[in-house]
Amino acid sequence: MRREGRPVFLNLLKIRLPVPGVASIAHRISGVLLFLAIPLFLFIFQRSLQGEAGYAEALALLRHPLVMLISLVLLWSLLHHWLAGIRYLLIDVDVGVERTAARKSAWTVLILAPVLTVIILGVLWL
Amino acid sequence: MRGGMSGMGAWLWQRLTALYLGVYILVLLLALVLSGGPSAGAWQGWMTHPGALLASALFLGAWLMHAWIGLRDVVVDYVHPFGARVTVLVAVALFLLSCGIWGTFILIQAASSWA
Repeated sequence: MRREGRPVFLNLLKIRLPVPGVASIAHRISGVLLFLAIPLFLFIFQRSLQGEAGYAEALALLRHPLVMLISLVLLWSLLHHWLAGIRYLLIDVDVGVERTAARKSAWTVLILAPVLTVIILGVLWL
Repeated sequence: MRGGMSGMGAWLWQRLTALYLGVYILVLLLALVLSGGPSAGAWQGWMTHPGALLASALFLGAWLMHAWIGLRDVVVDYVHPFGARVTVLVAVALFLLSCGIWGTFILIQAASSWA
């Protein structure tokens, strides 16, 4: 049954996942991260609505180095999930199903998400 | 499983909620970036507006439903032993339910600021 050149065990470092597969895994990981962060979103949103003091406290929390790091990861998660989601919706309606188009759009999503993350945080933090 | 939250129903709901969540987030991010970060008064003015509260209430419902369907798909794919799967799914459901109650409370609090 064993064919030459086929992996005989699943060594994750030896499997070369196609780019659409990478985008798909990242879609799942970003989704789970966004799920885990729901209480953080709710907490900051709640504080931000509680007068001048609450808003200042929410902003101060967002400026905390650890929270800034989490924000970076979560904004990437949000943007990747959003962009990859649009890609899936387009594929659902038969746009970009063909292999080269699917690869190209996967690359676009994978590159655009971190680029937009840096731009948006640049505008909001600086 | 029966009802709208399985199979084709879940597939469709996941896409409908995705569309709503996507538009809401796009509008919110654009408003945040274009305003260069709003003042306290501006932010609270936006978010306690009745229309925004209604949109946020819909967002909360769509968010939790989207998270539930997504997490269920992931859990069913990776957690195979029946007991472990049920335990994780129950934990996810309780987590989302708590978030839903908390989120509703936040929106009621926000609404009471203009009532």
